[in-house]
This record gives sequence, structure tokens and C-alpha cells, in this order.
Amino acid sequence: MEPIRTFSGRIVALPINDIDTDQIIPARFLKVTDKAGLGAACFSDWRYEADGTPKPDFVLNQPDYQGAEVLIGGHNFGCGSSREHAPWALIGAGFKAVISTYFADIFRNNALKNGLLPIVVDEETHKQLISLAQEDPSSSVTVDLETQTVTLPDGRGVPFPIDSFARHCLINGVDQLGFVLTQDDHITAYESNHPGRVQTIPG
Amino acid sequence: MTASTPRTLFEKVWENHLVQPETQDTPAILYIDLHLVHEVTSPQAFTMLRERGLKVRRPDRTIATMDHSTPTTPRNAAGIIPVIDSMAAAQLDIMRKNCAEFGIPLYDLGTENQGIVHVIGPEQGLTQPGMTIVCGDSHTSTHGAFGALAFGIGTSEVGHVLASQCLLQNRPKTMAVRVNGRLSAGVTAKDIILAVIAKIGIGGGTGYVFEYMGEAIRELSMEGRMTICNMSIEGGARAGMVAPDDTTFDYIAGRPHAPKGTDWEKAVAQWRALPTDDGAVFDNEVILNADELVPMITYGTNPGMGMSITSAVPDPDKLSDVSQKIALDKALRYMDLQPGQSLLGKAIDVVFLGSCTNSRISDLREAAALIKGRRVAESVRMMVVPGSQQVKAQAEAEGLHEIFRAAGAEWREAGCSMCIAMNGDQLQPGQYAVSTSNRNFEGRQGKGGRTFLASPLTAVAAAVTGVVTDPRELSN
Repeated sequence: MEPIRTFSGRIVALPINDIDTDQIIPARFLKVTDKAGLGAACFSDWRYEADGTPKPDFVLNQPDYQGAEVLIGGHNFGCGSSREHAPWALIGAGFKAVISTYFADIFRNNALKNGLLPIVVDEETHKQLISLAQEDPSSSVTVDLETQTVTLPDGRGVPFPIDSFARHCLINGVDQLGFVLTQDDHITAYESNHPGRVQTIPG
Repeated sequence: MTASTPRTLFEKVWENHLVQPETQDTPAILYIDLHLVHEVTSPQAFTMLRERGLKVRRPDRTIATMDHSTPTTPRNAAGIIPVIDSMAAAQLDIMRKNCAEFGIPLYDLGTENQGIVHVIGPEQGLTQPGMTIVCGDSHTSTHGAFGALAFGIGTSEVGHVLASQCLLQNRPKTMAVRVNGRLSAGVTAKDIILAVIAKIGIGGGTGYVFEYMGEAIRELSMEGRMTICNMSIEGGARAGMVAPDDTTFDYIAGRPHAPKGTDWEKAVAQWRALPTDDGAVFDNEVILNADELVPMITYGTNPGMGMSITSAVPDPDKLSDVSQKIALDKALRYMDLQPGQSLLGKAIDVVFLGSCTNSRISDLREAAALIKGRRVAESVRMMVVPGSQQVKAQAEAEGLHEIFRAAGAEWREAGCSMCIAMNGDQLQPGQYAVSTSNRNFEGRQGKGGRTFLASPLTAVAAAVTGVVTDPRELSN
């Protein structure tokens, strides 16, 4: 994965609580066997009429918000299904980060594995970002992963927490599986001390 | 033996599986005993293995089945379940090819052990106390009913487990979910978990592993405990656990992958050491009284929007939190419901009895006992979808399928069916369903469809009356 250090992007607000991964990418789009093309189906049921025409009042369809790269979601973003198609779809739709007050655990893990930053901010900052996005579609923020800071249009820097290992991997372009595979000796030692009871293949 | 710090069930299982403990810079490396694989969340993981020239480290700790995108329509004259959707057919073919290439055993569509991934693990005796179990599916929490640590993962992590049998994990917090007292007639495990989620909210368990405890949990069958653990994720918790006891051991004994002979004695002795020690500390606690529970139903668009079936739909204007008010208002518009309205008497179109929450033999027995001698209302389509081919065969051996058919319900092949609506089984826009599944999200059961989550008994009561009905009125 390409290293991520800092980027600036315009913001768009979808201030709805508990946005579940079924809304981000409905199940009928999960019959794919690769990651391509999911961006077009991102928020499909909120974004399109039954005949496929875009709903003009949906924020992601509005011309002023085209090209926004940072999505401000409501509380508990990404709850529900474990489908990694959700971050794949958001990335496919052009997003580099999602900002919320908190994220569902599985979504947060999935996002971090794909370089989509789940940024947690306090409620005040969250409200401010929603207002900024709604009042001025040209508003942008700068995300700095090294300093763990998101800088608002007024210059205020807001720190955000992020798992230190995930951060290390994202900044340095380190692949997490590669790291696990370097632990092979430990895994083998564990296996010899813990033979386990269940075999799916009759031995 | 030295006296050690009292530990929770979760802590014992977690610590037993540490290949490397968590450090300041790196998460723990957790060993995974059993990896369940299905067709929808695995193809990209196998592609990654192929691209990197990696093997599956432990195919003997891995099992695959087909459930999500599989049709549940009847078999043809040749005994085959036809797959008409070409994308689904291609996805199933890729599952077969991946399993063959990487040496993973597969319960193929329509074969005797195929079924919903969270039904087959326990059924085959693969799910056992003290294990770590993962699957690319959020309802993996189901297996926690056996005192296993079981949770859903994404496709990248599916790839990690295939390649290394390990996961990088930060240690979650623990929450005791204590359900005191006893359930009254007509109130079930499903009502307990819907009440828990209504109390804590859909995000209330984020960052936690639940341990369900208390008299009401101890008295449940394994299948009831599975129903409860299954929906832990709907309260935001990745995993939910129940301490193993004789109910657990009785369920496992004699299943195909259960330990045999002296291995069984050894296993049970180890399992008896797993329950949370007296004095162990949880990070948080929630308490419910089962005596006070009545049948539950959801009214909104997430499983936290649930209430007693005798209650009225809440009023967004009475909520002080603006974002919650907006969420409830949006949900009621989608559901086309009014604040203050009772759901009792609300006409419904479809009843779905199935899913990894409520498709096991005891669910079908309970539903069949209530529907026997009654008819599904003319205006209602009722689908009964057994969780696995084994459940289907057992139900047929007991004649349950004839009871459902005589009542006018459809008796289908095993699979996720209308819970995920990516397999041909789905609601039409605007339709209302009473569903025994786990999610009432917008469009979850078909674009524009509206779902009331409830127990199998409440589902049957709605099917035979054509309207939302308190099942206790039917029981007598």
C-alpha cells in the first residue's frame, strides 16, 4: 500500500447516526469476486431512484460536493455487517477519510487495512465540521497522520486517536500480513504447544 | 497451585491464544482455532494469497460452506438446487475452485452438511468451548454460546487467517450482561436479546465482549444461547459469550467432531475450568430482569429500535438529543409509522422464519407447535427456511415440514435467504415483514422493504392473523 502521511480534502456531511454497512453498500452488490466497481454502488439506495436516476436532494449527488474526499458521518459509523466491501466502496467513491464521534469496531479495522482513515473527534468538533460542510461546500480539512491532527479551515488543529500499529503501517506503507508472517517461528512454537482438538479434515 | 488473580471467561480464552502479547507498538497476535469461510467475503482473500504465492497455513482448521448468495428454491428433478443468478453461480464456482486449490473442505450447495455458516459449526461439533473462532461475517458471535471467543472479521483479515492462522488484535473490554429471573410463557431468548439491545442501543457494546450470565441464561438451551450471542453485534459488541456448563456438554456430546472416549473426559475437565472466576472484574455491566420481559418487536431501522410488543412507537419530539431525534424521525418515515401508534394489529405481508438467529431445529419445533392446526392468513406469504440441510432433514423426519405446508407456509432449502436478500429471497418495496432474523436496516430484506424483528412465536402469530399479534394471545 502507498504510504499515507498527510492530505487535504473537501468535506461533505452525512450527519445520520448509525450508518450501517448495508447502506454504504447494499448486499445485492456483494456478488462480486473482486473489489472493482463498488464505488458506483456506494450508498446506492440513498443515492438513486428505483430507475437508477440520481436523487437530486441527496448530498453526494449535489454538484457542489463532487470531489469531496472526507466524509463526516453521524455517531457509530459503519455498524452492522463485517463486509469489507464498505470501505472498498467508500474508497471507490473517492473518500480518503471518514470523520465521526465513534466507529463500529469491524468497520474501523477494515477501513484501516485499506488506507481509509476512520477519524474520531469530539462532539463539538463533529458539530462544527457538519456546519462547515453544510454552509460552505468548498470547506476542506488537512489530515496529518504523523502528528495525528486534523486541521479545520480556521486553522485549529484537532488531535485524533489512532491505533499506533495501524498508524505505523499506513505511514510507512507496511503491510500488516507481512508483519504477521515474520512471526512464523512464534506461530509454529504456539502450534506445537497447543495441538488443538478440532480438525476439519479427518486425520 | 498458586492463587492467581480471578479471571473472566473472556480473559482465559484470550490468554490461552496469545502467540505474542500486545505491546506498546504492536497488537497481540491471537491464534485462531477454527476459521469458517463462505462464498461472499472470501474470494478477494484467496486472490491475495495467489498474488503473493501464499498457501493456507491450516486447511485442517478451516471449513467452507455456501449460504449467503445461494437460492433456497426447491431442487429440480435431478435433486439439484438450480442457481439462476449468473453472478451468484460464478461466485459459488469460485468458492469451489478456491477450496479445491487450497485444500479446504467444503460443504457444497445442497450436500448433506451445507447450511448457514453459524448453524453448521455447532451442528458438526466443530464449535467447542474455549476456542477462538472467526469468519468473514459479523454474526460469528453466535459461537460464543459455547464459551468460545468468536467474532466477525473483514476480508483482509480472512486473508491473514488463511495465510497465518493468526490475527492482530487489540484486547477488547468486557461487559457482563446479567439476565436475572425467569422467562414467562411466550417469551423467548430472542426477546431477551432484543430487550438487551433496546436498552443499550446499537452502539452500546462497541469495544466490548459481552458475557451473558444469570439465571435466565443458565436455563436456556444451547440454541437459545446461540440466538442471544448471535445478536451481540447488533449491540455493537463483536463477541458475546456464555460460560460452558452441562447444557453445553450435552449438546456437543456425540456430534461428528466432538472429542470421543478419554479425549472427551479430558476435554470436559478443561472446559469446566473456563467459567469466570468468583471476584473477576468486568469493565462494565448491564442488568435485565427476565420476569418483567414480554415479547419484543422492533419498530425502526436498526435493532436497537425495539420495544415490548404491547408498547407504542416512540415520539421523536420527546427525545432531547437532536441527532437521535433525526434518526428516529428518519426511521419512522422509512417504516411509514406514526409516533404513539401500537404495532398490534398492523397488517403485514411476509413472515420470514429463518436466519442464523432463529433457524435451528428448536426454533422450527416451537413455530410448528404454534402453527399446527392453524392457517397462514390469505394476505401473508410465510417462508420457512431451515438453517442447514441437517436441520431440514431433522425437521422432515419429525414431520414439521408437513405442518408448515399444511398451514400454507413455504418449506425451502437451507441458506441465509431473506435475511440478506442477495439470493432471490426478498421483500418488494413497501412490504412489511415480521422476521426472525437479526437486522431491520433500510433495505436489508429487499430495497424498500420494512422489517419488524421478533421471535419465531411472534412471527407465527403474525402469519396466522395477518397482523402483528402478541403470541401469548395465541398460545392458549
